[in-house]
Amino acid sequence: MSSNQPGTDEKSYLFDNPQNVKRILKALYGICAILVILDFVIHRHTYLDIEKLFAFYAVYGFVGCVLLVLIAKWMRTFLMRDEDYYLKQESLAPESKKESAHVDD
Amino acid sequence: MWMTELPAFLPFFIGAFLVLMLKGVARAAVMLAIPVLGGIHLMLIPEGLHWQTELMGMALTPYRVDSLSLVFGLIFHIAAFINIVYSLHVKDTLQQFSAMIYAGSAIGAVFSGDLLSLFLFWEILAISSVFLIWARRTQRAYNAGMRYLIIQVLSGVLLLVGSVFYWRTHGNLDFNGIGLEGTYGWLIFIAFGIKCAFPMLHNWLTDAYPEATPTGTVFLSAFTTKVAVYALARGYPGTELLIYIGVTMACFPIFFAVIENDLRRVLAYSMINQIGFMVVGIGIGTALALNGAVSHAFNDILFKGLLFMSMGAVLHMTGEINGSKLGGLYKSMPKTTILCIIGAASISAFPLFSGFVSKSMVMTAALEEGYPVIWLLLLFSAAGVFHHAGIKIPYFAFFAHDSGIRTTEPPNNMLIAMGIAASLCVFIGSYPWLLYSILPYDTGYNPYDATHVLAQTQLLFFSALAFVWLNLKGMYPPELPSVNLDVEWFYRRLIPDALKVTFARIWRIDAIIRASFMRLLQSLLNFISRHEPDGVLSRAHLSSSMVIWSTLILAAFLLLSFI
Repeated sequence: MSSNQPGTDEKSYLFDNPQNVKRILKALYGICAILVILDFVIHRHTYLDIEKLFAFYAVYGFVGCVLLVLIAKWMRTFLMRDEDYYLKQESLAPESKKESAHVDD
Repeated sequence: MWMTELPAFLPFFIGAFLVLMLKGVARAAVMLAIPVLGGIHLMLIPEGLHWQTELMGMALTPYRVDSLSLVFGLIFHIAAFINIVYSLHVKDTLQQFSAMIYAGSAIGAVFSGDLLSLFLFWEILAISSVFLIWARRTQRAYNAGMRYLIIQVLSGVLLLVGSVFYWRTHGNLDFNGIGLEGTYGWLIFIAFGIKCAFPMLHNWLTDAYPEATPTGTVFLSAFTTKVAVYALARGYPGTELLIYIGVTMACFPIFFAVIENDLRRVLAYSMINQIGFMVVGIGIGTALALNGAVSHAFNDILFKGLLFMSMGAVLHMTGEINGSKLGGLYKSMPKTTILCIIGAASISAFPLFSGFVSKSMVMTAALEEGYPVIWLLLLFSAAGVFHHAGIKIPYFAFFAHDSGIRTTEPPNNMLIAMGIAASLCVFIGSYPWLLYSILPYDTGYNPYDATHVLAQTQLLFFSALAFVWLNLKGMYPPELPSVNLDVEWFYRRLIPDALKVTFARIWRIDAIIRASFMRLLQSLLNFISRHEPDGVLSRAHLSSSMVIWSTLILAAFLLLSFI
């Protein structure tokens, strides 16, 4: 995906040009299309019936990843906390000890 | 030949003490020479028991070389060498000393022929490695290291107790197949499971590894968990339970990896996912599956090391490791970017990269042995690996939106170390036969058939397509400064909170009891005090009565002396 950086000028990096990003995306779409077409050409040795489905691996990979991301995103709703969630607790620890020392007196 | 008598861990331990005595170039030379010479030495050693001894009537074998231990011994030497090159710029005796002890004890552990030697190295492994975390010298790293140490030592204690039970049952301590029979089987299984980051026991890894120094994490990623994988492969091959544990390990961390912000923590989650594949292989237990597990451990040390090295380089140069603060680094670190992408391609198991030639063995074995559901789940997590380790790591660090950070390439030694690891990844991926020739079994497996290559390439490219599609649609979760709750919440939040509440209550009750006791005492004192008119002590006594009493006592004393 990357290549050598030609210039020293701040503006001349590879992906600063949106055209280059588009080219890479087009290449990706092209490769994906070719891979699906290859499914007709190459006879696959399969163990399971499910593997015989057309473009099984392609569909499985795509759907799997979309589900992965959507589920992970949903997990954020109940798993995500502030960056200092534990730190607050752990840096407070010595203070709470002091408090208890007062109670002890 | 005396050379074969020399246990493989000894040069590292001697080297560690030389590190303390030497400085500068001499120290670096010694540290580099030890894994090279040790590795060559190891290749010349014939298989067999090379050191046997006796302790209080128990036969011990601290040095046993066979095909399984040899693969791990070799990769540990390679990893030690790469990691030492990577950390040559570090001038910190503490880190260098503990890294040598740590690598040595990992090597000692895989060549241990009995459970007692294994236990000793198991504990040295824990204690030496924690200094690589503490060497960060922050309060945060200190706390994380403490939690890490407690969990690691607990694993060692379970191993020791299990070994004692094993000895009571079998009358020896030989470390071979153990199996889940009896108490000892389960105790040792859990001990291995803790170090192997089994689900629910995994959080020490994602907690502590990202808190270590940039170079320390690379060392940590190579040894501890792989020693545990070796121990499982030795003690529990073919244990069906491991298949289900392994597949859980392969699947659940990828969800956490997708939403994690600290990129080294993403790699820590992805490490559990990779170990999952190995554990499944051990659980299936056929020759092909075990070969797959062992070779995947071998490759994982290289590509996960490479990824940790590239992220270590980013942290070292920018001081940042959170995805939310990085981006656009390809502009100033192009070489690191390419090396990181090679590591990403290897972990994602692209054909011609190392992950492909080992992961596929485990997957094929799962199919052949009739575990289609397990296979489907592994396939899902294989796509997920590409998603979070293969794309997310390079994308958010080096591309994505430009964070504006401008830096330079890391020191040359870091680049060279990454270069060595990257070359090995490509070499093993393109020419796997050399790796296959040192595996424990000869299965005649060939990863490069058309079916396989096409299936894997389709899977990966359409995973990439999913990433692109989600990104273009704006559905991809952005990197956010955050902490995600995991099992650690129980011992970092719930238990401390519960203890705090409990103790606060205990102290409150304690205060009440004390106060009422004090009141009781006070009223008693008041009762007898001389300030009160009726107080016991407020009565007036005549001094003459005192004289009478002392005379009486003296008289009694005189009387008693006559008796």
